[in-house]
Amino acid sequence: MNATQTRWRWLLWVAVALLLLAAPFLIEATLGRAWVRIADVALLFIMLALGLNIVVGFAGLLDLGYIAFFAVGAYCYALLASPQLAIHWPFLVLLPLGAMVAAVFGILLGAPTLRLRGDYLAIVTLGFGEIIRVLLNNLNRPVNITNGPQGITLIDPLQIGGFSLAQTHSFAGLTFTALHSYYFVFLACAVVSIIISRRLEDSRIGRAWVAIREDELAAASMGINTRNMKLLAFAMGATFGGVAGGLFASFQGFISPESFHLIDSIMVLCMVVLGGMGNVAGVVLGAVLLTALPEALRYIGPLQQRWFGEVFIDPSDLRMLLFGLALVLMMLFRPSGIWPARRRTAENVTERMTEKRHASG
Amino acid sequence: MLTVHKLEVAYGGIKAVKGIDLTVGRGEVVALIGANGAGKSSTLKALSGLLKPSAGRIDYDGAEITGKPAYHLVRRGLAMVPEGRGVFPRLTVVENLAMGAYIHDDKAAITRDFDRAYTLFPRLAERRAQPAGTLSGGEQQMLAMARALMCRPRLLLLDEPSMGLAPLMVQKIFETVRAVAAEGVTMLLVEQNAKLALETCDRGYVMESGVIVLADNAKTLLSSPQVRQAYLGE
Repeated sequence: MNATQTRWRWLLWVAVALLLLAAPFLIEATLGRAWVRIADVALLFIMLALGLNIVVGFAGLLDLGYIAFFAVGAYCYALLASPQLAIHWPFLVLLPLGAMVAAVFGILLGAPTLRLRGDYLAIVTLGFGEIIRVLLNNLNRPVNITNGPQGITLIDPLQIGGFSLAQTHSFAGLTFTALHSYYFVFLACAVVSIIISRRLEDSRIGRAWVAIREDELAAASMGINTRNMKLLAFAMGATFGGVAGGLFASFQGFISPESFHLIDSIMVLCMVVLGGMGNVAGVVLGAVLLTALPEALRYIGPLQQRWFGEVFIDPSDLRMLLFGLALVLMMLFRPSGIWPARRRTAENVTERMTEKRHASG
Repeated sequence: MLTVHKLEVAYGGIKAVKGIDLTVGRGEVVALIGANGAGKSSTLKALSGLLKPSAGRIDYDGAEITGKPAYHLVRRGLAMVPEGRGVFPRLTVVENLAMGAYIHDDKAAITRDFDRAYTLFPRLAERRAQPAGTLSGGEQQMLAMARALMCRPRLLLLDEPSMGLAPLMVQKIFETVRAVAAEGVTMLLVEQNAKLALETCDRGYVMESGVIVLADNAKTLLSSPQVRQAYLGE
């Protein structure tokens, strides 16, 4: 790569960064406050989709219960930072704790399913997701831990030092409402997730996952410890979910088992598949699209009202209809996603190897 | 180099291998021949650590390795070319070979290994950027062997290298087996093609329903009436 290209690349990245930093204010000015919230949620879904992408995209293990890790992270935060158990631990302790607890749950799911593949693995993971939800729903008796279907309320907002994200702050002539402040925290976490994903993809671990995805037996005979690598994939994926869950709980201030349904697992999986399984950029795109599109389709209702004087199709019905149609069309015309994983050619493998040689030499 | 004592392999209650003894000496090329379902592949899987034997003892390179997992054994120089080749179909030839070097991280030596693979199998060099799934069966077998050699094995286990290949290709594959043997790699190969296997190897074992019924020099086996009748169709 020559100097001018490098400079352009830098400029492009700086522009993207500035755009992302200005985004909540631009969105608020053009689309309204509701869309800032949607942007926040989209960032959370980016983290979730990237986490699931590690399991499904990198290691090839179909997981239909992924939302369970999101639930674990959310409940971990909610229980230790709310009046429910009268515990109020700081966010900087709870975030890593939530990640660790989720990772443990990832291993709990991974260990008994090591011999399973494909459909069978999907069924077990689906069951796991349901078990977690049902457990959360029923852990209010005999000792009330999760408060059952009523969920947990009054969850502490994020607080870093003395700076509470729930309050409105003014800085440099800009007003930061809670939605804005959370946007920046989520953005930082999403960027870190992207960086971790990219680093993993290009690492020894990433290569081991590719081998397992392609042919597990062959991977084992290459000297790859398939058991540990699969457990690691589950644990890493779960970690992303756990962090996103903790952030979600603090952001919402209220969680209940209803937020962690099978359909949510499927939604995250759709983001991964639709965006481009195994490709970090594609997965990010998938998460943004699938968060924003259903919201955009809400406008269909009022539009019908204005044009035809009445609402013919309920927007929420239409959403699922269009969503289904989009999935079918995708599978027909772009089966590997909108932005498929780059087919690595021999050239750039050797290029990367020489690059690394120079870097290490 | 490899000593197997009273090895048994069972799937559930069914014994596929019923207490076999075999040895492979350093630098030897040994064939394990037998009909379908004789227990050859199960034996090989147990030796390479992909299956846990239900009884018996395996020694390799002066230490017991019974039940040790495959990833451990590969690091000790015991590699295997799985049955049905087991190349990574969506990865290119180069990526497949790079995967073979997974346990190594000395870049200069890996580059040398690549060169060696391409010298042994010039065909793979021509197809280096092609996904392995688009190669012909014979080329895939070459790739599987080349990939196993990237681990720098001292003992290579080959599971049915001739399976499902055209006769001309089978000849080619056995030529490369000889070429690899000439490099000083000890080999144990499982084959149904008894004639070619015995012509290539130093010694042979004949397996029938889970037990070894004959063990001798390859030449002696080739001329033994029992083998000629059962496996060479005479």
